[in-house]
Amino acid sequence: MAADTAPALAEPHARFAAASRWGAVEVVFWLATLLPFFVAQDYLVLASQIAITALFAVSLDLILGYAGVVSLGHAAFFGLGAYAAGIVSKAGWGEPLLGLLLGGAVAGIVGYGASFIIARFRHLALIMITLGMGELLAQAANSASWLTGGNDGLQGVKTMPLFGVLDFDLYGYTAYGYALAVLFLGFLVARRITNAPFGLALRGIRENFVRMAAIGAPTLPHIRKAYTIAAIIAGVAGAVLTETTETVSLETLGFQRSADVLVMLILGGVGRLYGGIVGAIIYMIARDQFSDVNPQYWYFWIGLLLIAVVMFLPNGILGGLERILPSRRSGG
Amino acid sequence: MSPPALGTRGLNKSFGSLVVAKDIAFGVPPGERYALIGPNGAGKTTLINLITGMLQPDLGEIFLGGEDVTALAPQDRVALGLARTFQISTLFPHLSALESVTLAVCERRRVSGHWLRRLARYRDVIDEAHAILDSLGLARAAHRPTQTLAYGQQRLLEIALALASRPKVLLLDEPGAGVPKDECAELFAVIANLSRDITILFIEHDMDVVFRFASRIIVMVGGTILREGTPAEIAADARVREVYLGKARHGG
Amino acid sequence: MWPVIGVLFDGFAYGMLLFLLSVGLTVTLGMMNFVNLAHCSFAMLGGYVTVTLMNRFGWPFFATLPASFLAAAAASVLFERVLYRHLYQRSDLDQCLLTIGIVFVSVAAAAYLFGTVQQPVHLPDYLHGALAVGGQSFAVYRMVLIGIALLLTGALVAGLELTRFGAMVRAAVDNQRVARGLGINVGRVFALTFALGSGLAGLGGSLAIDIVGLDHAFAFNYLIYVLIVVSVGGLGSIGGSFAAATLLGISDMAGKYYFPQFGAFLIYLVMIVLLMWRPAGIFGKR
Repeated sequence: MAADTAPALAEPHARFAAASRWGAVEVVFWLATLLPFFVAQDYLVLASQIAITALFAVSLDLILGYAGVVSLGHAAFFGLGAYAAGIVSKAGWGEPLLGLLLGGAVAGIVGYGASFIIARFRHLALIMITLGMGELLAQAANSASWLTGGNDGLQGVKTMPLFGVLDFDLYGYTAYGYALAVLFLGFLVARRITNAPFGLALRGIRENFVRMAAIGAPTLPHIRKAYTIAAIIAGVAGAVLTETTETVSLETLGFQRSADVLVMLILGGVGRLYGGIVGAIIYMIARDQFSDVNPQYWYFWIGLLLIAVVMFLPNGILGGLERILPSRRSGG
Repeated sequence: MSPPALGTRGLNKSFGSLVVAKDIAFGVPPGERYALIGPNGAGKTTLINLITGMLQPDLGEIFLGGEDVTALAPQDRVALGLARTFQISTLFPHLSALESVTLAVCERRRVSGHWLRRLARYRDVIDEAHAILDSLGLARAAHRPTQTLAYGQQRLLEIALALASRPKVLLLDEPGAGVPKDECAELFAVIANLSRDITILFIEHDMDVVFRFASRIIVMVGGTILREGTPAEIAADARVREVYLGKARHGG
Repeated sequence: MWPVIGVLFDGFAYGMLLFLLSVGLTVTLGMMNFVNLAHCSFAMLGGYVTVTLMNRFGWPFFATLPASFLAAAAASVLFERVLYRHLYQRSDLDQCLLTIGIVFVSVAAAAYLFGTVQQPVHLPDYLHGALAVGGQSFAVYRMVLIGIALLLTGALVAGLELTRFGAMVRAAVDNQRVARGLGINVGRVFALTFALGSGLAGLGGSLAIDIVGLDHAFAFNYLIYVLIVVSVGGLGSIGGSFAAATLLGISDMAGKYYFPQFGAFLIYLVMIVLLMWRPAGIFGKR
């Protein structure tokens, strides 16, 4: 081997290591998430909602941005987690961590089963099947009002104090701290996945499904695994919503929620993990600011925004920023 | 005598009334380089798709090293040592060359499902990927996204991805297709230097390349094998000349 | 008196409505692979044109139908020239998102202009009432709807099979690249087909008012059903859309009649089962 290949060999490892290292901007971002405790206490409730939705968006990014699975029914798992935590709390076990575990488990089991169907499809059939399955679940939840409370939502949810001491009160400190912690942990898991060999495999599936099969990749098991993990994370996010708001309604499962999270993800930029978080922050703050406006007009502007993003900013806000600022990763 | 590294028997495939493969039977001994030639539409790429499992035959069997693989999924055939390249580059546009080959090595080593450890920690996987790129002269382009590579480099990356699975049988579908003449020499030098542990079947239109590399030539026309023989036999065969070589001279 | 006949009749009428709403989408999806989720916005436009012409200007119902066809066709040409043609090479997701954006805008615009209530429309007396045949009651309007749909289906099929334009459409749906190679101006064929399909959707929107009602959310609510018809029937197949629309219309009616507690459950279940059996649609390309 020639002498100049030895330093060249050190470099590829460095590249992969650099890609997974924590950047300064990232650290600053997470420190900034602590700000609402000190400067925006009136908005702690909104901040919890944003954290929950951001986690949900990150879970969708894992399958949409990384594996390329376009799902219009991802709210099904969010809602399953929400109802699981709500039902068990109503039955008397309102311990928050138990609710998290159960929410993730229920969503994960259903997601695993559903993945056997959805992994086999692509393009329009996939979009329609995810839409159909989401709608089926929403209809079923509506009908099973003895379990879910139907249109009135689940009543009687009472979340017990976290660790036995931290009460979920109206001020929202516990709620936001809890939601933020869960978001951070969930994000860590998603981040580790994307920096691991599995993350690379998912990107390969999105980039070229045919080539993946040709290099011997078990494409369907990969997709099923990603779908299940995404379902678990979405279920956990749903459980946090139930626990912090002490209500569960049908909209947690509905198409509206699936569509909203898709808009947030596109806004922030798919396949960039932070895209879901950035999109959630912007979308929900904007919606809060315009909340007194008729909901019709809100969707008018969202529609225009979607058109504008697709026409002029196809990789979302983070994609636009990447074009202006230099990227530290090779393959983007 | 050891079984052929690659063989088919009675392979048939039709799309409605269109017959794309009829009674295809041949065997490639281990370590040999066979060329598959024929006019456009003869069914050469279709045959590759049948062998790799992308297409299911209506009748017939496919053998790898004597083992019947006809019922196996494409991924399982890769695990048994079959690899292919595509006539039109089928790569991962936004992944770098190194990321692409690393992915292929991960798949071979069955670590692609791991999601708990960072990829940077799999040093030997990355080393192996880098070594493959280096052996094909792509080390300097390793970190650039695939879509920014020159077309000749992309054709080399096609081969790198196939080599990452440590194949025993390699199917090359027009490796030089679309590559400018000056970059072709490097490409074919790489192919010539491939280990004799790998058996190669390649589709090619450039007859200079065919006569230089192939120990035996299979001629396909209209979904059937017209003739199989040594380069000398094929060059002398009047039927082949009429059906194929003659057309090639007229710019086919 | 057998309820099943009523369910079949109403289901078939509903299916014919779904067919009119879907046929344009299946042909353009099959031809250009462009996912136009705003297809039902054009249908909704046709419906509102009928409402406006009848209620504000006193036009007779049947006179408004060509007007809604033309309005929807014209609007589609505008959108295609200004927005859609920039996205033909983009991914499914991008096309979905752009057209969903248009749906949102159209729904909001309809709410702004017409409010969120169902639009009242007073059909001529001869379209009211029902025909009694052998103890069964068949609504006149539904029979007229079925008649119009079958006539149009016949005209479409004849046009496709017998005219030169129809042959070009079939070629472009089957294999765009080869069609272009044969000298067919695929862009122009697509634009005309797109206008025709959207016009038919507009017509469907007008005819839908008396069956399912027209409100600002129509573009969205019926999008789902249209997508189900198109994906189950197979992209590019008119026969497939006809079969799928009939099947789904009857399933939906049957579901609502026999299992009312499950609502629209059945239509989604049938769709999933059919797509699992034939992912490219019953008559789709494999």
